Amino acid sequence: MCGIVGLFLKDKSLEPKLGAMLSDMLVIMTDRGPDSAGIAIYGAPSEGRAKITVQSARPGTDFAGLEAILKPADASVTVELKSTHAVIEADAAHAAAVRDLLAAERPEIRVMGSGDSVEIYKEVGLPKDVVSRFGIREMGGTHGIGHTRMATESAVTTLGAHPFSTGADQCLVHNGSLSNHNNLRRELVREGMTFETQNDSEVAAAYLTAEMAKGKDLGQALTSALDDLDGFFTFVVGTKSGFGVVRDPIACKPAVMAETDQYIAFGSEYRALVNLPGIEDARVWEPEPATVYFWDHEKAA
Amino acid sequence: MDLSVKRESLEAMRVFDLATMPLRELNSALHNIAPGANDTNFEVVNPRGSHSVAVGIDQPVTVEVRGSVGYYCAGMNDGGAVTVHGSAGPGVAENMMSGTVVIEGDASQYAGATGRGGLLVIKGNAASRCGISMKGIDIVVHGNIGHMSAFMGQSGHLVVLGDAGDALGDSLYEAKLFVRGEVKSLGADCIEKELRSEHIEKLAELLAKAGITDVKPTEFKRYGSARKLYNFNIDNADAY
Repeated sequence: MCGIVGLFLKDKSLEPKLGAMLSDMLVIMTDRGPDSAGIAIYGAPSEGRAKITVQSARPGTDFAGLEAILKPADASVTVELKSTHAVIEADAAHAAAVRDLLAAERPEIRVMGSGDSVEIYKEVGLPKDVVSRFGIREMGGTHGIGHTRMATESAVTTLGAHPFSTGADQCLVHNGSLSNHNNLRRELVREGMTFETQNDSEVAAAYLTAEMAKGKDLGQALTSALDDLDGFFTFVVGTKSGFGVVRDPIACKPAVMAETDQYIAFGSEYRALVNLPGIEDARVWEPEPATVYFWDHEKAA
Repeated sequence: MDLSVKRESLEAMRVFDLATMPLRELNSALHNIAPGANDTNFEVVNPRGSHSVAVGIDQPVTVEVRGSVGYYCAGMNDGGAVTVHGSAGPGVAENMMSGTVVIEGDASQYAGATGRGGLLVIKGNAASRCGISMKGIDIVVHGNIGHMSAFMGQSGHLVVLGDAGDALGDSLYEAKLFVRGEVKSLGADCIEKELRSEHIEKLAELLAKAGITDVKPTEFKRYGSARKLYNFNIDNADAY
């Protein structure tokens, strides 16, 4: 059992409240999994800037003087510390150089996610503590996903928490368990993907990244996942401008969605949605098994 | 109009607001009704997707739930009349023994699972595994039902005014299934069967009980067990 939530805003006036709305949804799901929690927030990208969210088990040591260390790779780099995480912003043209320097100078630091707009925060502990530790409630954005974990397939660690990000501005949360993840991981490694954990959900994230790298859009990648992934899953997936949901054909893992003129929302249970504005009049439905749902800000515009 | 009677019945309605009181208070009140007591009308407001609302009723109470509920609402109901003025999460009325449960909206997966008696009416759609392992319950769904419904159903009736999803009645025993719309596919050992007069009579009774007046029993097709899985077939020995 795990709890997953997602929120894709259509109404720009709600964007400043994204972090607060998503935090409320996730905290209500605490009793579905108290091991660890995480949230990915897609904020407004700034032209020509890249974001890298990083994490350290020893932030006091690892983050000390980090900005100065990274300056040689990009003079404009900034580092914002948030508890065990930090958000590095750099000129997009120098982002790769910043990452190389980071890996060389501070090898203990882990990259949680990177891209133009995504920031990813995850830690062991209860959702309420995780969202307050990182100040998620104060964050705005266009869409976001969250997860509270009851671990089954790998250890309860920060890296084993969701969301998993395996590509720029991509992330995935998963409720369920995959049975062919070891085989699939070997195939993906052969294709050049790298893995941080033994976790099954990371394999699903990497699979989607690999499929999208071949030119598929999120919807097409989710459709292939139905053929290639074996096991139980309800996935909620984010990309820079998109938001997708898919359930396996058996569809044991719960899911409920709501749509109004203002948003599209996902929850493991209806409880997660009850505080959303206008939920009384929303279209509320259970996503069909083996059916891909996805929305895109760019395609809608 | 006799206002005094109306006021009396209103006063007798006990209201539980789940936004301000724990679920335990509602359920223990429902579990502590002496046989023959007359303060048996309950109203539940602000359920907000709560789990296990009104489970374990064992007296002829009425419960009106104003809003949507989560897992296992009205589970094990034995004699109560529960109406959810909203939608229900997974496992609504699971293992019902007797009484009536009405869902005004939709129901999530495994509605009425393992139910032994009583009537479950779902006015919207029901998701997957509706009536799984049903053992005597009657279920009437106004809309559609999802895949694997009535899986291993042993007895009772499942009446669907809309369509049924994949693998209807897989490994079915003696539950009787009636579908008015399309069946996407039948599960192993489930076949269409003749709708005989006794079935039409039963359908008419169930539709009437569910308050459906504009649908004729003859509009349904009946599905049941081919009874091929009841005994081991020696010709299949090679498969093991």
